[in-house]
Amino acid sequence: MVTEKEIWGYLEEVFDPEIPVLTVVDLGVVREVIVKDDTCKVVITPTYSGCPAMKRMEDDIKEKLEEKGVKGAEVELVLSPAWTTDWLTENGREKLKEYGIAPPEDEGDKSVLFAKPFVVPCPQCNSKNTKLISQFGSTSCKAHYQCQDCLEPFDYFKCLR
Amino acid sequence: MNSLFEYTLRLGDDSLMIGHRLSEWCGHGPILEEDIAMTNIALDFVGQATSLLELAGKFEGKGRSGDDLAFLRFDRDYKNVLLVEQPNVDFGVTMMRQFLFDAYRKPLFERLQYASNKEIAAIAEKSLKETKYHLRHSSEWVIRLGDGTEESHTRIQEALDNLWRYTGELFYSDDVDKELIAAGEIPSMDGLEKEWRQTVNEVLAEATLKIPESDWQFDGGRKGMHSEHLGYILTELQYMQRAYPGLEW
Repeated sequence: MVTEKEIWGYLEEVFDPEIPVLTVVDLGVVREVIVKDDTCKVVITPTYSGCPAMKRMEDDIKEKLEEKGVKGAEVELVLSPAWTTDWLTENGREKLKEYGIAPPEDEGDKSVLFAKPFVVPCPQCNSKNTKLISQFGSTSCKAHYQCQDCLEPFDYFKCLR
Repeated sequence: MNSLFEYTLRLGDDSLMIGHRLSEWCGHGPILEEDIAMTNIALDFVGQATSLLELAGKFEGKGRSGDDLAFLRFDRDYKNVLLVEQPNVDFGVTMMRQFLFDAYRKPLFERLQYASNKEIAAIAEKSLKETKYHLRHSSEWVIRLGDGTEESHTRIQEALDNLWRYTGELFYSDDVDKELIAAGEIPSMDGLEKEWRQTVNEVLAEATLKIPESDWQFDGGRKGMHSEHLGYILTELQYMQRAYPGLEW
C-alpha cells in the first residue's frame, strides 16, 4: 500500500508548466493528500481564478501517480482557503530567485491606494534600485520590473494575500 | 424563483461580460504592457465566471454546466448589469468602466467572503485577492488620465459622464438578494454603496474629475433587459457553440 509520504515525494516530481523550476509542492497548491486503500486523492487549489495551468497540473499529477503505479488517483480542486504566496515554500523562493524571478515581497495592503512603494531586489545583481514596469506580466502570477543598475528586465512573482 | 441560482448567475454574468469586453483588447492595447494587463485581468474575470456559472448550474439542479450557461442562453436570460456590457470605445472609457466596477466588486466580495453559503464564500474569498489588484490598476489609470493632458482629461471626463448613468444599477436590490439575506445565506449589503462612493470620490478627486450632477439612472440588466450592445457580444461569444454544437478542444 502506498503511503502519504510517498505520494508527497512523487508530487515533488510534478512541475508548474509555466515556471518549470517549481514543483506543485514548492508552489503550495497541493493542500492535502488523502490515501485510501491502493489509491489516493490529491487536493489542490488554484493560484488565480483563471490560471490556465491548473488543468495541466491536474493532468500532470494524475499522469505522474499513474507512472508511479498509483492507479486511479483523483485530483480535487478546492477554492477555500484561497491560495496565497505565503504558501510558497522557502525552497521554492530560492529556486525562483536562481531562475531569475524575484520572489514575493511583503507588499502591504493593496487596497491602500497611495501607499509607499515597496522594494523588489533585482534577482540578478541584488540591487534595490528597481522599477515597476507593469503590475501584470507574462502570467497571472507575475509583475514586470526592471533593474536600474544592471538594466536587466525581470519577472517578479507578485504577492497575493 | 430559485434565488441562489439567480444571485450566482448575476455575479457570474457580470464577470463573464466584463471579462469578454477586456479580452477584446487582446492585440489592440495602446502599449504592450497594457495589452498584457488587460488580458490578464480578463483571464481573472473569465476564471471567476467559470466558478460562478458552474455553481449557478449546481444551484439550479437541472444539469446545466458553466459552459452551457455561458454559451447557450438567449439575451434575456443574461442578468449582468448594463455597465459591464458597454463598449470599450477607447482606453480611457475602458479604464473608467473598469474602475467604477472594481470599486463595487471589492466591497461586495469583502462581504460575500463571510457568506454562510460556503461555496459563494469560497469564490468571493478567492476573487477578492484579484479584485484588489484590478482596482489598483484601474484607479491608477483614471488618475493618470484625468490629471494628465488636456486631451486625456477631456476624454475621460466624457467617459465618466456617459458611464455614470449605469452605476446606480450596481446597487439594484430585489427579492432575490433580500431573500438570501433574510435566509442568512449571504451577509447584509448595508453600507456597500457608501463604501463604493467613498472610493469613487477619493479617486475622482485625485484625478481632477467631476461627478455628473444628474442622478438619472438606467436599470434593467438584472431583469434581463439589456442595451443593444449585449446582442453583439453574444454573437461573438456564442458563435462557435452555435455553429458547431458541443465543440470541444
